[in-house]
Amino acid sequence: MSAARNEQAQDPVLQVRDLAIALPAGGERAHAVNGVSFEVKRGEILCLVGESGSGKSVIAQAVMGLLPRQLPVAAGGITLAGEDITHAPRSRLRELRATRMAMVFQEPMTALNPVMRCGAQIDEVLVEHTRLDAAARKRRILDILNEVKLPDPERIYAAYPHQLSGGQRQRIVIAMALVLEPALLIADEPTTALDVTTQAQILALIADLQARHGTGVLFITHDFGVVAEIAHRVAVLRLGEMVELGTRDAVLKQPQHAYTKMLIGSVPDLHAHGRPLDAGAPVVLSARGLSKTYVDRGWLSGRREVRAASDVSFDIRRGQTLGIVGESGSGKSTVARCIVRLIDPSGGAVLLAGQDIASMPARRLRPLRRQVQIVFQDPYRSLNPRRTVREAIIEGPLNYGVPRAEADERARKLMELVRMDPGALERYPHQFSGGQRQRICIARALAMEPALLIADEAVSALDVSVQAQVLALLEEIRERLSLAMLFITHDLRVAAQVCDHIAVMSQGRVVEYGPAAQVFGAPQHEYTRALFAAAPGRGFAFGGRA
Amino acid sequence: MAEQTPDAKQFAALSTESAAVVRRQSAWQRVRANWSVRIGGTAMLLLLAIAVLAPVLGTVDPTLFDAASRDLLPGKQGEIVDLDGETLRHTFIMGSDSFGRDIYSRVIYGTRVSLIVGIASALLALSFGICLGLSSGYLRWLDGPLMRVMDGLMSIPGILIAIALLAAWRASLLTVIVAIAIPEIPRVTRLVRSLVLTIREEPYVEAAVSLGTPAWKIMFGHILPNTAAPLVVQATYICAAGILVEAILSFLGVGLPPDIPTWGNIMAEGRVQFNEYPHNVFFPGIFLAVTVLAVNILGDGLRDTLDPKMAKRV
Repeated sequence: MSAARNEQAQDPVLQVRDLAIALPAGGERAHAVNGVSFEVKRGEILCLVGESGSGKSVIAQAVMGLLPRQLPVAAGGITLAGEDITHAPRSRLRELRATRMAMVFQEPMTALNPVMRCGAQIDEVLVEHTRLDAAARKRRILDILNEVKLPDPERIYAAYPHQLSGGQRQRIVIAMALVLEPALLIADEPTTALDVTTQAQILALIADLQARHGTGVLFITHDFGVVAEIAHRVAVLRLGEMVELGTRDAVLKQPQHAYTKMLIGSVPDLHAHGRPLDAGAPVVLSARGLSKTYVDRGWLSGRREVRAASDVSFDIRRGQTLGIVGESGSGKSTVARCIVRLIDPSGGAVLLAGQDIASMPARRLRPLRRQVQIVFQDPYRSLNPRRTVREAIIEGPLNYGVPRAEADERARKLMELVRMDPGALERYPHQFSGGQRQRICIARALAMEPALLIADEAVSALDVSVQAQVLALLEEIRERLSLAMLFITHDLRVAAQVCDHIAVMSQGRVVEYGPAAQVFGAPQHEYTRALFAAAPGRGFAFGGRA
Repeated sequence: MAEQTPDAKQFAALSTESAAVVRRQSAWQRVRANWSVRIGGTAMLLLLAIAVLAPVLGTVDPTLFDAASRDLLPGKQGEIVDLDGETLRHTFIMGSDSFGRDIYSRVIYGTRVSLIVGIASALLALSFGICLGLSSGYLRWLDGPLMRVMDGLMSIPGILIAIALLAAWRASLLTVIVAIAIPEIPRVTRLVRSLVLTIREEPYVEAAVSLGTPAWKIMFGHILPNTAAPLVVQATYICAAGILVEAILSFLGVGLPPDIPTWGNIMAEGRVQFNEYPHNVFFPGIFLAVTVLAVNILGDGLRDTLDPKMAKRV
């Protein structure tokens, strides 16, 4: 495959020269991107990597000619297959999209029209840009559906998007993008919304298709695992400027720029950490046969049962972290919400300090509630936008009768513990970044002096460098306060870094449960092995642990 | 942990996530910068000033009449007898009606009634709607029965309910306000209920549950404040509708008694002679249209600035 690539490598599909895109006046910086130059050759995958705010998506929009009016190209140029398209008229750009360049977005559900059959949506592209007759178009569509490895193309052709899985929908979007054989494919975080096993399949598909058709791919991602998996060359962006450009192995193994080093150092390693475990530590909370079944009784329809979690059992010990890993829909968050009693379990027991809280009435539960606290995934929705940080943190203690002065003092100390300026207490959540908000949420949970802290995908929405900081903070807090932690994540790397024990969940059941070293070192269950096999970037040692 | 600390510091220095406080316009700044809010708000302030300052704006008592000054054209001079029996020279800027009353004074004083009815009915509908909507959204067992009652109320045209209520009661300012507010309650209830159903799923509400916050505190402390923006917007629409419905009721003769100056009453009285004296209907009509327009523009501006999500929906 590399020989074939070298032949065509001289021919750049996309050239971006000194591109600068202005931000509206009064923003944090003058340019969204500034002085960015790179090229994508035929049959090459160039990954644009960067954290949020790095300008990577803006570059994609600029190439597609989809920039909003407030963000004009201030300098530089974009050349697509020899044609300068920097200031091309809208009509020309419209022609070029689909025929010469195509884009795949992050969220396949919103990229597809929900009330149109999948076949008809691909057909639209062909009707617009080709002169094929109906029969030829249908043949072409079935071919491309076959090529993106969708089973039973005839059925998919007639299906609506909601009848397909997320991975299948993304295949439709890819089929739509590639049906006219464009020279350039722009993929903007195409696998971020997908589960890890689906992600592996989609990445393989993109690599396979582009190699076969010689398509140049501009692949935008924040995930170094994905970069390791798919990139030929990598461009690293920081605050709108390109800090490093090189081949995959050069950038990942010998990063030159301090920022790249920091980013790669922040990616957790896939090996379980080797912390010694105290087997005699007291059990803080244990779940015994915990299950949650949702029953849907319609007026006319029959009874429908959904088993979100069934027969889940585990122990969480003082000073240790239990990780629950699994893909979306595996029931891992259901378990967390049952334990906090945000929802009522339908069976089994949750033992906290010797008492079963699974079916305890609210009045008796109240004094026990403070022992179990939770930090959620979305830092932007976890704090009431109309309350100051102080009000958020002292709310819990005040509920349990702590005098106001003491609660204030506690809030001040906690801000220091989570490495924030106590002066921030009087500010409102919208004044903080995602990582800072997550620190505030941790402080709010700790204000209750809990015995168990649950982190429900608490670092999943954060950039990798911020994620590393928050993980380090959680580690430090667990150690210093001898907290028991329940860490729920879909990210095996994060789980490997922080967890002492791992429970792997699939379809509501725990399929494997044991010490992290054992689960990561010698996975027993078929599903666990599949999950690990799908983890992107296995071959690379991240986290500076080599 | 100890050897990781310098690392963490270095990370923090390189991280692109700004440690500085993010500067963002507050809601109030955005509201003030909006032209719809400025125009609608200024017009509303002007109307409020007219209503408050009605006695000093060159008006006479709006109930005074003088048989000698009947059906005067706008700008004509005439005489009018005040309550003490003294005869005054008076310029009828907007003419006079068939009883010899000064239309200008009646229109200016009518502003009071319209604004009071509009604002009071909006507040009344809002307060009932909030209580019912909160209960319906938070107490699931109450939801079904309560919403069916609301559906029932919504299936009758609002103006018919108002007419029926006013026919049963004696029309006064209070009863008119209540009669206008009642048909609006289901709409507010539905809005509040849908907001509550969305907000109660927010992680910060779930966090409050796990912090042991009692249900009533969650309702009034966490959920209600976050419904404020769409409710303010809704209130302006109710206010506009209330002003219109009051005028309609007066025009139909089921609203406030005809001697009380309201825009609807003036138009109803002028309707008979519309062909000869169109100004009797024209001036109150203009005031009515401008007021309703101002309230609606204000509402649109508030909607765009306070609640961008709703702007997309509507």
